[in-house]
Amino acid sequence: MCDQTFMAATFGPCDSCGKTGPLMNIYIKNEPVNYCSFCVEVMAYRGLQKGETLETLRQESDTLKKKLEEERGKLNDVELHQVAEKIEVVGALSIKTRRVLKGHGNKVLCMDWCKDKRRLVSSSQDGKVIVWDGFTLNKENGVSLPCTWVMACAYAPSGCAVALGDGLDNKCSVIPLSLDKNENLATKKKSVAMHTNYVSGCTFTSSDMQILTSSGDGSCALWDVESGQLLQSFHGHTADVLSLDLSPSETGNTFVSGGCDKKSCVWDMRSGQNIQTFENHESDINCVKYYPSGDAFASASDDATCRLYDLRADREVAIYQKDSIIFGASSVDFSLSGRLLFAGYNDYSINVWDVLKVTRVSILFGHENRISRVCVSPDGTALCSASWDHTLRIWA
Amino acid sequence: MTINPLAKGSWHREQMLGFRKMEKVIVAMQDPDMGMKMRNQRLLITVIPHAMTGVFRLVWFLTEGLHLGAMLVRYGYIYPLKEPRSLVLQADESPYRFQTPYFWTSTRWPASELDYAIYLAKKNIRKQGELMEYEKERYNVLHKRINHTWDFVVMQAREQLRASKQRRKADRIVLECQEQAYWLVNRPPVRLLVLCYKTVLSCVIETCRRALGRNRVKSSICLEGFVKYSEQYQMHDPIMQGCLPSNPWISDDTAHWTMNAEIVPAPTRLRVERWSFSFMELLSDVMGRREFMTYLEKEFSEENLRFWEACEDIRHGESSKITEKVEEVYKNFLAPGAAHWVNIDSKTMDKTLEGIKHPHRFVMDDAQMHIYFLMKKDSYPRYIKSDLYKNMLAKAIVPQETKKRLNSHFPSPAQAVTQATKEDRRVKQAGQTGTNTAGGSHV
Repeated sequence: MCDQTFMAATFGPCDSCGKTGPLMNIYIKNEPVNYCSFCVEVMAYRGLQKGETLETLRQESDTLKKKLEEERGKLNDVELHQVAEKIEVVGALSIKTRRVLKGHGNKVLCMDWCKDKRRLVSSSQDGKVIVWDGFTLNKENGVSLPCTWVMACAYAPSGCAVALGDGLDNKCSVIPLSLDKNENLATKKKSVAMHTNYVSGCTFTSSDMQILTSSGDGSCALWDVESGQLLQSFHGHTADVLSLDLSPSETGNTFVSGGCDKKSCVWDMRSGQNIQTFENHESDINCVKYYPSGDAFASASDDATCRLYDLRADREVAIYQKDSIIFGASSVDFSLSGRLLFAGYNDYSINVWDVLKVTRVSILFGHENRISRVCVSPDGTALCSASWDHTLRIWA
Repeated sequence: MTINPLAKGSWHREQMLGFRKMEKVIVAMQDPDMGMKMRNQRLLITVIPHAMTGVFRLVWFLTEGLHLGAMLVRYGYIYPLKEPRSLVLQADESPYRFQTPYFWTSTRWPASELDYAIYLAKKNIRKQGELMEYEKERYNVLHKRINHTWDFVVMQAREQLRASKQRRKADRIVLECQEQAYWLVNRPPVRLLVLCYKTVLSCVIETCRRALGRNRVKSSICLEGFVKYSEQYQMHDPIMQGCLPSNPWISDDTAHWTMNAEIVPAPTRLRVERWSFSFMELLSDVMGRREFMTYLEKEFSEENLRFWEACEDIRHGESSKITEKVEEVYKNFLAPGAAHWVNIDSKTMDKTLEGIKHPHRFVMDDAQMHIYFLMKKDSYPRYIKSDLYKNMLAKAIVPQETKKRLNSHFPSPAQAVTQATKEDRRVKQAGQTGTNTAGGSHV
């Protein structure tokens, strides 16, 4: 029924290796064949390189990875919960919903706090972006971007602008905020970043002048806001990058990213180099967040676990999991002291973990759909959670 | 080409859902009974089968929305036959055609660089160098990057052209349009690294080799670090210890924020204590930095902090002002005989002066680091021990705890702070674990 002018196989068993997958139609010795992308590449290299084949490269990479794991294990002389035995248990927490922010018409995908500790910006799937005063529940600014899925939003350090990451246009734009409520902010939108696939995360660096973005095209990039110029790009992920976080450390030159290739990578912002990589998760990594001191970071994944990675020891040091938790974790954030880890899950709850003792301290119920993001306020007084149930909640 | 095209995340699945919905509409539109009327369209002298014109299309779309039509063209599910071929829906009589499933975005996702190279090579051979500007750019880049497979690329291009010559002209035009529409939608950016297996594996090998050479720290030391950090900051963590006079979100009283505003006549005790935790804490607090500057002025070394601030401004400020800011910094801090000359070691100085000739955002980084660590190792510890700081700490206020509206089993923060002043940082939790039924949470 559909235009079948040219019959072509697009999916099925590869003529060369037999694996089922997306196929490419190519010609070998004037005959059309259907190969998978790996075999096409093997074909393309055959006879053109002596000695080095894809197979030997693969073997070398596997051997090196094993060696790296061994090296990492050598300095592992104690486990985190052992070291934490001597500290006191966290007392019972009394965290309740203190505010419910209603106003979005669709799933709330992302939120970010302003440095003034009470304002926040949130974005949703219907293209609406709202700047709230969380304390008074006042909607201070609203931008409507029809036909886009605003998957990422970030507040500028100065509090004068917000950055929005687009799921359909593949751009990240910056919008200056105005005090005039009636001003149509959509007209002042300025495109800064351009990716070839959806923008999954964006954040300002320590000033309003630069933004860091992560994208479904597998790369992260650093942009100059003024000129829209690409300052640095970061390649190394082999699938969509879903999240990134800037290091709070004094040198402030690194950031961590996590993606669908189950890897989390630490990058040097100036050189674009991949400094460290961790491959412990069993499924997509949805969120990465630094420990307040900058010496570690946590990641949340679809495999229903959150993990803590120590950057100086260069290894995973804790896994936060329970048999009763079967749904993926979508977002994590640390409390101000780093003792508590808040994790939002796809089973509509937020689990509060004791980071050092590796136990669960509390569960927060209230949302009626998946949690898309949790974020602790800059002074640590409250936690904000954004959810697919169209609301945001502030807990304290 | 990505390593595992099937390892896509949930967002990709969402996107695919969007594409699949569009595909459902496309299939419905081509339904022989209920769909659009298609017929042979004359394009110059060739007759193209199964095309539709503007009028029919609009009639169909009016019931579904012009916006949907625009989206279908934009994502390549419907393509125009007439020049100029773009992804915009024209509301006129120009003929359009449905894209073949082979070229649907969802089936071919992600677009492969090798494929694109073959397409451009074909176009180049066929049209003898009549590529568009952006196509020329990508052609050159690809030629450089996957040079080792260029024979294969050209061979494939020639084969495909040979095969298409054996088709009827109408089919050839259709195939051309289909391919062009597909690549208009899916053209890869110039800067994207060629993600072929060879490149990725080589990258992994390189990263592993570098990682093997890293210095690692023993676990026991690292983990102790976390314990110490959490203990040090526990008192400052409102969610764990409450805050004085009260948590604004709980009591609806903003006194806590007012007392901890950027500039206040009398800072709180907790705030001043934090300045002694690390140099970064001191510098990131506006008042702390001011106090530190006052101290440095007494020691006649305030140019260090001023230099550091000027460098921060360069690093994080507007690109257009970088050159003039670097000039200023050189004049005030680095030039021989400068008013506020900073003491940097000769090696760093030489490197910085060299870099200033071609100023960029990070040209001051090394010098800035040097001065930062100088202050951190020398001036900062002395400041913390100084009378200036001790007086600040003594003057600092401890807000009275206000009565909370709701029942809470937090240990009283006021009590905790009093204990802390006795140099004992350990606070016994007031609430016992286990039988606490406050709030809506439970273990």
